[in-house]
Amino acid sequence: MILTAPLEFIGRNTLSFLAAIGRVTLFAIETLRQLFLPPFYLREFALSLLQIGWLSLPVVGLTAFFTGGALALQIYSGGARFNAEAVVPSIVAIGMTRELGPVLGGLMVAARVASSIAAEIGTMKVTEQIDALVTLSTNPMRYLTVPRVLAATLAVPVLVAVGDAIGIMGGYFVGINRLDFNAAAYLKNTVDFLEFWDISSGMVKGAVFGFIVALMGCYYGMRSGRGAQGVGRATKSAVVASSVLILASNYVLTEVFFNA
Amino acid sequence: MICLENIHKSFGNNAVLQGINVKVEAGNSLVIIGGSGTGKSVMLKCILGLIPPDQGRILVDGQDAEHAERDAFLARFGMLFQGGALFDSLPVWQNVAFRLLRGALKRSPAEAREIAVEKLRRVGLSADVANKFPGELSGGMQKRVGLARAIAAEPEIIFFDEPTTGLDPIMAGVINDLIREIVVEMGATAMTITHDMSSVRAIADKVAMLHNGVIQWSGPISDIDQSGDPYLDQFIHGRAEGPIEAIR
Ligand SMILES: Nc1ncnc2c1ncn2[C@@H]1O[C@H](COP(=O)(O)OP(=O)(O)OP(=O)(O)O)[C@@H](O)[C@H]1O
Ligand SMILES: [Mg+2]
Repeated sequence: MILTAPLEFIGRNTLSFLAAIGRVTLFAIETLRQLFLPPFYLREFALSLLQIGWLSLPVVGLTAFFTGGALALQIYSGGARFNAEAVVPSIVAIGMTRELGPVLGGLMVAARVASSIAAEIGTMKVTEQIDALVTLSTNPMRYLTVPRVLAATLAVPVLVAVGDAIGIMGGYFVGINRLDFNAAAYLKNTVDFLEFWDISSGMVKGAVFGFIVALMGCYYGMRSGRGAQGVGRATKSAVVASSVLILASNYVLTEVFFNA
Repeated sequence: MICLENIHKSFGNNAVLQGINVKVEAGNSLVIIGGSGTGKSVMLKCILGLIPPDQGRILVDGQDAEHAERDAFLARFGMLFQGGALFDSLPVWQNVAFRLLRGALKRSPAEAREIAVEKLRRVGLSADVANKFPGELSGGMQKRVGLARAIAAEPEIIFFDEPTTGLDPIMAGVINDLIREIVVEMGATAMTITHDMSSVRAIADKVAMLHNGVIQWSGPISDIDQSGDPYLDQFIHGRAEGPIEAIR
């Protein structure tokens, strides 16, 4: 009895973890299937684009700006150890575009968007609005999930690109004001060493992260339990799950890009 | 015609429905009564497929609801939810005209709005409510907006879950008349849940009482006062003493 208890615990949790993966996968497949079935809800899509893309700009921009600045300082102090201070502009640019822009942007969007989607859809579920949609001949997946997932998948890469630019600008500000770089040399250094793939691979990551964020928000919202507590739990789970999935898929994507 | 055959539904070990058999003829009005928590709302949701029954069959015009084509099936129904279930992100008129703004019944926004305002008037709401959001309305007003939404597309079959709860007596009378009118004039089939005995008498052709997971009594409204059923008698007279326990 006592000896098998821990095993039981591990077994039960493993099973429920696998079941959750299965449910999320089915949810994702259903979302993709509904994407191609009419009618397409344009108004919902436009609103989601505004919510997820445009209104996330300030958060993503600020995050990128301060990160770029800090990155410049760190690389300078690291580079100074082997007289390589000159690498600051190019490493800031590469670090922002390939890694920090998409990951931090994705995490900020997860905090902002996954939570609000889960809370909104969860409240709709709890107040029977999802049931009402069904009785009004509207498929909730098509009406609620598809526009949000599509909008996030398209908007987050653009956010990432804007964040990249702002992050590089943050590094530039610190570089010329604090580290006495020459402005023209800094910019030239940035542009010369930056490759198109640095930027586009980051944007591909952004698209994947956007998909994850909206999907998790919708998934947990749709499964929300009863009452305010149910919505609260759904919101928390959506943020935690999308953050972890962003970091995990970031590693996988980086590994894939690394080998390509 | 709607026909429920031996419907069972449990939530965990809470056996809510334990073999429901009901029949509603087309163009008739059935009122479902029964204690709080006996599964009246669950029963309506089973018919619409919002909650899958564990056992039993639901036939609508002889067709099994489970195998029916969902869109066409649901297009025939209108439902007023107990809690209103209004979309709080949409203004009132877009709630009412929801079906008329998209899908198979789509019309121009101006036309849809006109219909919405007309339906709002029928549930006793003035046109200036149309542009408000559900959150700005009182509970009774929300209920009536839900009612307007349920009847907006003029469905053949309409379910009303407690249409007069939270309304003042005059407004309750208006709603009772409206439901009666929809059944008599438009020939709709209606199933109404209510706790309001004056509503029962105003709306019903037939009454069914749900108790302990089964239909305890059903019959025409004219028989309700001399049914000889102790459960029904206790219920309609609201007596604390009787076979139905007060604590459930
Ligand atoms: N989604 C659900 N999950 C678990 N239990 C549920 C669910 N929906 C309803 N129940 C349970 O089923 C029972 C019947 O609920 P229902 O809402 O049908 O009652 P009702 O007859 O409509 O009562 P009232 O007159 O108070 O509205 C209750 O015990 C309720 O707890
Ligand atoms: Mg109920």
